Amino acid sequence: MKLLVCIKQVPDMESKFKVNSEGLWYDSADLAWRMNEYDEYAVEQAVQLKEQLGDCDLTVLCIGSERVKETMKKALAMGCDRGVHIADDDSHRKDPFAIASLIANFAKDKGFDLIFTGLQSQDRGSAQVGVMVAELLGLPCLTTLVEFAFENGTVHGKRELEGGTKGKVSCATPALVTCQLGLNTPRYPTLPNIMKAKKKELLSIPAADLSPADSRTQTLSMAPPEKKGGGLILEGEPAELAEQLLQILKEKTTVLA
Amino acid sequence: MKVLLIAESRDGKLLGSAAELSHFAQTLNADSAMLLVGSESALPAYGGTLYLADAALAGEFNPAVHKQLILEVVAKEQPQLIVLPHSSYGWDLAPRLAVALNAAQISEVVEVKDGALVVPTCNAKLRRTIKPTTEISVVTLQAGAFTPSAEPSGTPNVVKLDAAPNGDIQFHGYEAAEATAVDLSKAEIIVSAGRGIGKPENLAMIEALAKALGGEFGASRPVVDAEWTEHSRQVGTTGQTVSPKLYVACGISGAIQHLAGMKKSEFVLAINTDKDAPIGEVADVLAVADLKQLVPILTEKLSR
Repeated sequence: MKLLVCIKQVPDMESKFKVNSEGLWYDSADLAWRMNEYDEYAVEQAVQLKEQLGDCDLTVLCIGSERVKETMKKALAMGCDRGVHIADDDSHRKDPFAIASLIANFAKDKGFDLIFTGLQSQDRGSAQVGVMVAELLGLPCLTTLVEFAFENGTVHGKRELEGGTKGKVSCATPALVTCQLGLNTPRYPTLPNIMKAKKKELLSIPAADLSPADSRTQTLSMAPPEKKGGGLILEGEPAELAEQLLQILKEKTTVLA
Repeated sequence: MKVLLIAESRDGKLLGSAAELSHFAQTLNADSAMLLVGSESALPAYGGTLYLADAALAGEFNPAVHKQLILEVVAKEQPQLIVLPHSSYGWDLAPRLAVALNAAQISEVVEVKDGALVVPTCNAKLRRTIKPTTEISVVTLQAGAFTPSAEPSGTPNVVKLDAAPNGDIQFHGYEAAEATAVDLSKAEIIVSAGRGIGKPENLAMIEALAKALGGEFGASRPVVDAEWTEHSRQVGTTGQTVSPKLYVACGISGAIQHLAGMKKSEFVLAINTDKDAPIGEVADVLAVADLKQLVPILTEKLSR
């Protein structure tokens, strides 16, 4: 089987974010970069399927600058067979539809039986790209999966719904699935696998060669949310803080009575 | 402007997001029509035209059929905007519509500002203001962002749609949430652990503080996903919704999914090293500190 997993490199969400000089996206300087958390589940599930079936070829795809190759190497070390880097220094200016068009244009004549993506990215968080790729390729798409099984050409999954309920779904392959947090336990690459990953094929394709569609949205501005008053902010030594906090809890709540 | 609102029903029940959709249309001062794949016995309180397809025939979850029904109504109503809840139903369906209609899509709208739409980015640490460049666009609304101040009223003018079940996805029904070993919804005091606890061993100090306060301990999603504790402890959209007298959020940055589950708490104390963490928006007090130092001291002082 031919498998594809699409990943994105994102900043660590614990970072302090600054708006860039254009005022339209975050400043990429001084950020720690990692694999989008949702995509770690997608990579893990694709690797598990490869281990289940044996005879598989698993490609990992990532769009972005040279910097994203570091994240691709992690996916290769987790067990992907080859990497396709769609080189694009402007990917942060492309909206989800433009990004989806790049992936679909790459995948359309490759005959992938199953495509894995994360449910959404942690930075943009649109939850659009995976479903759009499926629609552009005319594939069935199961989204928000927290359980995945593959048997006789059929994908069986459970979608996570609000309130802890799950929806049981299935579809025939070829298909695309989007992975929700908690789908599996993503593995840590081992040192031998990290070494092996360095020798794996990592092909770069300029984004322009894949005729990306134009974005359909325009970002007008980006800014931190206005503080809505919020509460009291306390700083200081832990022991003093603890004393202050207990005093506040005694005054403002009934729980310490 | 004309907008088409896509309401959601689950297990035969209309979901509350229908009221938020119509409130959003009012915010825009737009004419609206609504579409629901649901049941005649669970109609929304809505004063306009409601296109209704029977979920028993169309399938309650059947994206291909729902897409087709919406496209039929779009052809009839010619809306500029199609609006869905940003839910497991909405974010699944919206991109299918956007591709079929060559429409822009804007996800998880929290605000309308001068005719443009505001969406969260980077875990709500930043916000972007966006405009579609297409004539028709699809948007999803963040749960709770457009809650009407008053209960909606009205009786819809129902127009029935025919639907036959087909499509490329099979739906095999719902699986109820696991019976919760811990009912946090009734707890008066909850101390919750977030990603900021760093490692599973540190959960013990959260538990100890909860015990010293006479409450229960809870957790945010990353802690549950990492299997540091069981799902029945999870507070948030996909876990439990709680409203204790005191909620102590330890190392929880405050993703919207978590805030939705705890913002009705009477008093919120947040302990976080980042004073700009979004949890600060709902906290009565934000103690800027390393929880690993502060929590044991609090526990000790309480236990005296």
